[in-house]
Amino acid sequence: MDTKELTCINCPMGCRITVEMEGEEIISINGNTCKRGETYARTEVTAPVRTVTTTIKVIGGAADRVSCKTKEPVPKGKIFEVMDAINKASCSAPVKIGDVLIEDCAGTGVAIVATKAVLQA
Amino acid sequence: MRTDIVIVGGGPAGLAAAIAAAKEDATLSILILERDHELGGILNQCIHNGFGLHTFNEELTGPEYAERFEQQLSGLNIQYMLDTMVLDVSSGLVTAVNSAKGVFEVECGAVVLCMGCRERPRGALNIPGLRPAGVFTAGTAQRLVNIEGYMPGKEVVILGSGDIGLIMARRMTLEGAKVKAVCELMPYSGGLKRNIVQCLDDFDIPLLLSHTVIDIKGKERVNSVVIAEVDANSKPIPGTEQEITCDTLLLSCGLIPENELSRAADIKIDPATNGPVVNESFETSVPGIFACGNVLHVHDLVDYVSEESGRAGKSAARFVKNSLTSDSQSISIRKGNGVRYTVPSTVRVNNLEDDLIIRFRSTGVFKDAYVDVLFDGEQKLHRRKQIITPGEMEQVILKREDLAQCPAEITVKITEAGADSSTCAEG
Repeated sequence: MDTKELTCINCPMGCRITVEMEGEEIISINGNTCKRGETYARTEVTAPVRTVTTTIKVIGGAADRVSCKTKEPVPKGKIFEVMDAINKASCSAPVKIGDVLIEDCAGTGVAIVATKAVLQA
Repeated sequence: MRTDIVIVGGGPAGLAAAIAAAKEDATLSILILERDHELGGILNQCIHNGFGLHTFNEELTGPEYAERFEQQLSGLNIQYMLDTMVLDVSSGLVTAVNSAKGVFEVECGAVVLCMGCRERPRGALNIPGLRPAGVFTAGTAQRLVNIEGYMPGKEVVILGSGDIGLIMARRMTLEGAKVKAVCELMPYSGGLKRNIVQCLDDFDIPLLLSHTVIDIKGKERVNSVVIAEVDANSKPIPGTEQEITCDTLLLSCGLIPENELSRAADIKIDPATNGPVVNESFETSVPGIFACGNVLHVHDLVDYVSEESGRAGKSAARFVKNSLTSDSQSISIRKGNGVRYTVPSTVRVNNLEDDLIIRFRSTGVFKDAYVDVLFDGEQKLHRRKQIITPGEMEQVILKREDLAQCPAEITVKITEAGADSSTCAEG
């Protein structure tokens, strides 16, 4: 049996939640003081995802970099592969908010979109 | 030059104040003076997400959040000037400078102060040690990485666990730096729980509570810092010293509202917030000068800045139209047990168009506690809170009709449920 320790992020209480797992199956969830904690723990131990926000190189723009994000959250374990792919890529000015800069980032099936506009230099 | 309302600063507070003032009365002319080369203020470098959950019901990044407000400007009677620094503010007159116009004056009916805040720098922290390169405030590092595209270092120690420090721990890690530790002087973090989990725990970055930096070593560049555990009086405990090799120290040790202009205008400053003392309309002690956002008190959520600034901008418009009364009876709001400050600190009931929101911060961590509001000593509101921490701003909402009773004094206080009722009864 596996135990995982989590800190709940739903409110400032920050309950320490202990999840007991048998392989992929959740045996018990303890330490949470409300229902939201249980839901959070369930997702965190089965399929944790995060939105990655970073910047990407801009060619010919009024700024050298533009901020961007994964359009959807990506699996937590893929964060560094996503970063690596973004750091190897570049885009050309002009860029508008919401422009797709990478279609499928690091095989996640998730696009990278611009979160700021950059005009041409 | 003449305009009805001058807004000092084009960050989230200034944008929201300008928009709300213009919507209150479309005939008013509004001018935003911004010292940077673009609007949006600090949101431009806050590329992480989590903004706008309250305002737009979605998670936006900082630049996206700013854009939502900037888009609204063009349809309204709002002008703005960039690369323009305000030098002096008084009731009815603002002096500013830029390279196109030189020094110039703007006559106006009202001013809204939206200058935001600045980070506490090393010089204000009294950290012993040498003065090598490699010591940055977390916000400076954030600008270097996110806007300029430079990495300030490879091996990092962060002092202070405010939200910017936590966000930068993750950001530096994502860009390939090794963040060795985040040290926090207090026994609790000042940052949001969500940031502790997603910025530190996700990357196994240790958060060392009750720890501080007691020495910085390195001749040209930082090569190590010495940290130590501190006792209840924040004094380093001998024998707990630990040297950490690093090339960079980031400081996230609190934010200070930037009130040089306010002080020069003889505006009364609250020593608890370092921001102006304001009434229900966000008007300072100088009539016609209003304040909102982080220059008033430091917020954790931009959504609250926008909401509050909207009310301040609307009040400024009402002031210009002479629809704010200054002669009505003023209720003072008193800080009771556990309350470090309240905004506002006085209320003129006749000026309230809606319910009154009182925002406050606690003096410490309270678990299983009650927030109590008393009108002249009589309990009006008794609300249970599982936890109250200084890192998360609290609020109580008082109904306008209840305030019509016009108590002389309103007290906001915190009591822990376990406390003996006889010792916490007041009045």
